[in-house]
Amino acid sequence: MNLVSYEDALASYDPVMGLEVHVELGTKTKMFCGCSTELGAEPNSQTCPTCLGLPGSLPVVNAVGVESAVKIGLALNCEIAEWCRFARKNYFYPDMPKNFQTSQYDEPIAFNGYLDVQLEDGSTFRVEIERAHMEEDTGKSSHVGGATGRIHGATHSLLDYNRAGIPLIEIVTKPIVGAGERAPEVAKAYVAELRELIKALGVSEARMDKGQMRCDVNLSLRPNGTETFGTRSETKNVNSLRSVERAARFEIQRHATVLTDGGTIIQETRHFHEEDGTTTSGRIKDNAEDYRYFPEPDLVPVAPAREWVEELRAGLPELPRVRRARLQAEWGLSDKDMQAVLNAGAVEPIQETIAAGAPADQARKWWMGELARRANETGTELSEQPITPAQVARVAALVAEGKLNDKLARQVIEAVLAGEGEPDEVVEKRGLAVVSDDSALGAAVDQAIAENEAIAAKIRDGKIAAVGALVGAVMKATRGQADAARVKDLILEKLGAA
Amino acid sequence: MTDLIRTPIIKWGAAETASAIAKGEVSAVEVAQAHLDRIEAVDKKVNAFLHVDTEGALNAAKAVDEKRAKGEELGPLAGVPLALKDVFTTKGIPTTCGSKMLEGWIPPYDATLTTRLKDAGVVILGKTNMDEFAMGSSTENSAYGPTGNPWDLTRIPGGSGGGSAAALAAFEAPLAIGTDTGGSIRQPGAVTGTVGVKPTYGSVSRYGLVAFSSSLDQGGPCARTVLDAALLHEAIAGHDPLDSTSIDAPVPAVVEAAKMRDIRGMRIGVVKEFAGEGYQAGVMQRFNESVELLRELGAEVVEVSCPSFTLALPAYYLIAPSECSSNLARFDAMRYGLRVGDNGSRSAEEVTALTREAGFGDEVKRRIILGTYALSSGYYDAYYGSAQKVRTLISRDFDTAFAGVDVLVSPTTPTTAFPIGERADDPMAMYLADLCTIPSNLAGNAAMSLPVGLAPEDNLPVGLQIIAPAMADDRLYRVGGAVEAALNEKWGHTLLEEVPAL
Repeated sequence: MNLVSYEDALASYDPVMGLEVHVELGTKTKMFCGCSTELGAEPNSQTCPTCLGLPGSLPVVNAVGVESAVKIGLALNCEIAEWCRFARKNYFYPDMPKNFQTSQYDEPIAFNGYLDVQLEDGSTFRVEIERAHMEEDTGKSSHVGGATGRIHGATHSLLDYNRAGIPLIEIVTKPIVGAGERAPEVAKAYVAELRELIKALGVSEARMDKGQMRCDVNLSLRPNGTETFGTRSETKNVNSLRSVERAARFEIQRHATVLTDGGTIIQETRHFHEEDGTTTSGRIKDNAEDYRYFPEPDLVPVAPAREWVEELRAGLPELPRVRRARLQAEWGLSDKDMQAVLNAGAVEPIQETIAAGAPADQARKWWMGELARRANETGTELSEQPITPAQVARVAALVAEGKLNDKLARQVIEAVLAGEGEPDEVVEKRGLAVVSDDSALGAAVDQAIAENEAIAAKIRDGKIAAVGALVGAVMKATRGQADAARVKDLILEKLGAA
Repeated sequence: MTDLIRTPIIKWGAAETASAIAKGEVSAVEVAQAHLDRIEAVDKKVNAFLHVDTEGALNAAKAVDEKRAKGEELGPLAGVPLALKDVFTTKGIPTTCGSKMLEGWIPPYDATLTTRLKDAGVVILGKTNMDEFAMGSSTENSAYGPTGNPWDLTRIPGGSGGGSAAALAAFEAPLAIGTDTGGSIRQPGAVTGTVGVKPTYGSVSRYGLVAFSSSLDQGGPCARTVLDAALLHEAIAGHDPLDSTSIDAPVPAVVEAAKMRDIRGMRIGVVKEFAGEGYQAGVMQRFNESVELLRELGAEVVEVSCPSFTLALPAYYLIAPSECSSNLARFDAMRYGLRVGDNGSRSAEEVTALTREAGFGDEVKRRIILGTYALSSGYYDAYYGSAQKVRTLISRDFDTAFAGVDVLVSPTTPTTAFPIGERADDPMAMYLADLCTIPSNLAGNAAMSLPVGLAPEDNLPVGLQIIAPAMADDRLYRVGGAVEAALNEKWGHTLLEEVPAL
């Protein structure tokens, strides 16, 4: 299919988006039973009659799950329901043990909020929140024997119910209109901001790569200047910030292509492909899909006491926007520099590097320099680089201690990224430590003076500035491993200019 | 106790049995064996049991005897045999719910009620027959054949808990457990001449009770006497953190109430709507005599009107099927129970469909279809939504009535036991059996069926229904205990002494 270009698409159509984000809460136990939520356990080892939906089993609501939901609602500027119920969403699927999902329907715990997100040009875009509701995750199906790992073509499927019943909060936006060509950017910025918010609240690690945060991008186009929304597609499980942006962009182009050809958009779910940034058709959502929601009779209503809600509101941590302003001041950055840090996704890494003991300028230097470049080259997120803030802080410390210079430090960083181990191990294995032993340096200094008599003479005459050339010669001779400051001192000393 | 010793063990009541065991007049093992022998002798005719756990029962009895030998104190029901409706999970013991769908399923866990019975030293003899997934009023919907009514084996023992009620009337057990969603404890009690109580919704844990209709289901005691029912009620009721709908409040003093035998000054309301067309003459005769007896015993009897009760049946047949359509969705052949048609080439969806086609009986399918329809978008408000409004109206009628009276009374069911097969092909006629019992399920309050004699025209038992407000279950036992004592005195024996020998 020849896609209409992004620019041409926007010239004729106005995108309308809806974003649905599922966040797996970091509670110790599942939403409706006492099973562990720890990831990575033996399949089906973290199950019980309730999360397996065995006959006779009953759910009991996880109080921490409710508390997390209220915190998220408050942080999203939502109203918190005084009284709400769970509902059953009925549909058959083997990874759902009861063949209904315990969710919330027309009585969500939080509703009518907004989240202000910052775009790359520094402007703010307000995304309105329709609702945030509580529900449970399904089990996980693995389709075996096919080429794609999808159910089509598989010979059989395996089911792991460890994930079944893990608490989820689904956060649904109101239709996002007016973003125009910036729609994909808004989508990415919203998910990024939401992720920061969730992490700040401490209710989930919100790791998209681990499926702790999953995004569905609903998108439709309408001809510019018209009001009625077009038919939407629902691109499911878009699981990185970059993919959110790419999926929105692709769908804008795809819809425009179909519409320009005089075709109609089918309401369907679509799968996003990381490899080439495209989407393909999943399940057609026709009107036959009817979840037959009704209030969950096995659970009593949730009625968060107003005093408790206010207590939670008062106890909310510093929210990301506020925190960013504070950090900008603390780090002494201009608006432009701070925006660059934000755009690079470097706030967290820099802050954690500082927390691990590095000075602010060093932390920023490494993340915004070497590491940002690498992220850019490899098309990955800064936070996904195979180096930890603690490791960067250690490199900075080695520089501060004079054990590494800048050039060596860069080599150490590269080696850590290449998986050669901790910074100290790299220094050890590669023998990268700065040479500051005077006797070893003495010979090199003497040689440099002997080979550059004319410069040495100038220094003896008081032209101290000329020392740089001799230092350079020594550094070259020691293949960069010398402590430049110490070399300079030694030269001046020997030439009686100290 | 000399009288008792001359009477066969199987005729003893639960209270007497426990007392005899505690005193060492009989061992729990002897008691268990006597009942196992009785089951062996008569259950081929009655078909009250789907599974008899001989080994488990004898081991449980032995444990009680050992406890006594060590001088440990025994609870008020220690060593008493019980027949458990096959809708409660029992670890390691089959639980079928009367359905092919669960044939061979061995639950890995005990229901809270099962645990409480075991903790009380109650000896579980086995699991009793029932209408499939508790849907029915005759036990004819069991996938394992109908149960006979010990008063006349060609007649139904009521349902869905026909097995539990028949086990009592056939002297196969002195105690039984039932569940009551629309009358499944009380109606079988009425037609078998036994006592059945639906406790207040939320007072007996539903954890491990395989759900039919979650907002209506309630486990409860079945016995041959009011006191025995009260003892069992006390053993199984109480808050359970595993059931969110469980009430966290003290259990009403039901045993004390059963022993009072004094209803002077109580105000009793006769529900006007439960009479007239469709009510058998003999049922109304015994009912009216009971009302007269209540007056004689010193109660003040008034007529009350609960106009919304006439809407209870249709509302129930929207709410219960709706919930059941969702509750029974889990039977999909994936994780447990029946699996049909898995030939290696069919999809999971096809296997689920084939299994549900083969595994569910007609009545279950009928209700799943009804409920699926009632919950469908576009129909929800008209059906499920309206039914919930009716439910509220019924609760209000009860509130109004209970503002003026302590308990309400009515016949438990409009007729005596009907012949097996008579209503099997007429669901509407079958549904009418629960006309008087359903309002209490919809309102969540407490109700009892008590035997009050035989209908003169067919010599079959008639039940009196007593209804009390939620958490006032003790009033049922106070009224029931007094009426039972007065009738036994009048007859010179208990009603069940008239049940024909099997």
